[in-house]
Amino acid sequence: MSDIKLIMKKEDYDIILEHCRKGLPNEACGLLAGTVEGNVKTVTKVYLLNNIDESNEHFSMDPKEQFAALKDARANGVGLIGNFHSHPESPSRPSEEDKRLSFDPTFEYLILSLQEPDNPVLKAFEVDKEKNVYVHEIEYV
Amino acid sequence: MTFTIAGEKKEYDEGTTLTTLIEKEKIDNPDYVTVTINDEFIDRDAFATTEIKEGDAVEFLYFMGGGAI
Repeated sequence: MSDIKLIMKKEDYDIILEHCRKGLPNEACGLLAGTVEGNVKTVTKVYLLNNIDESNEHFSMDPKEQFAALKDARANGVGLIGNFHSHPESPSRPSEEDKRLSFDPTFEYLILSLQEPDNPVLKAFEVDKEKNVYVHEIEYV
Repeated sequence: MTFTIAGEKKEYDEGTTLTTLIEKEKIDNPDYVTVTINDEFIDRDAFATTEIKEGDAVEFLYFMGGGAI
């Protein structure tokens, strides 16, 4: 566990959970805007994006939706600090493909596992340039 | 010539192309980068011939995706 902490409103968690459940059986995805102060990252807005792969094993974000989220975040005086996607049938941990396609070591990569439908698990990860993975604490407020 | 990348001011010579900019800015994994100039998406095939102009707003967007396996 790294000493970086992600603070997220419970309502934002619920928004992510609902989006990922609605996306089943496919993976769902989105972006997180927020602030970074030292080791504390705070989510201020969640963007729900389409998984253009429409797959239960892969996801790709639409660059146009990414760009729209980036512009909205900037207009609100913040930046994009992370993304999320669901794993409908596997645990909350970055797959080899997730790691390979994690290009920003400062980004929070959240994975919501819906493997156990009544026990969703959301975890936040950092993936460094060497593809080492670190788990970050999520504090709900 | 002055323009911005992700809102940050940059100074480059006139005639700088996107391909040159990507090299000089040391953008990692450029094959996974999408570029916009003034909110317009630029085709990858046009990177080598697209010149940045004074006052342009350039953005680099990394592909975001993954898989469960």
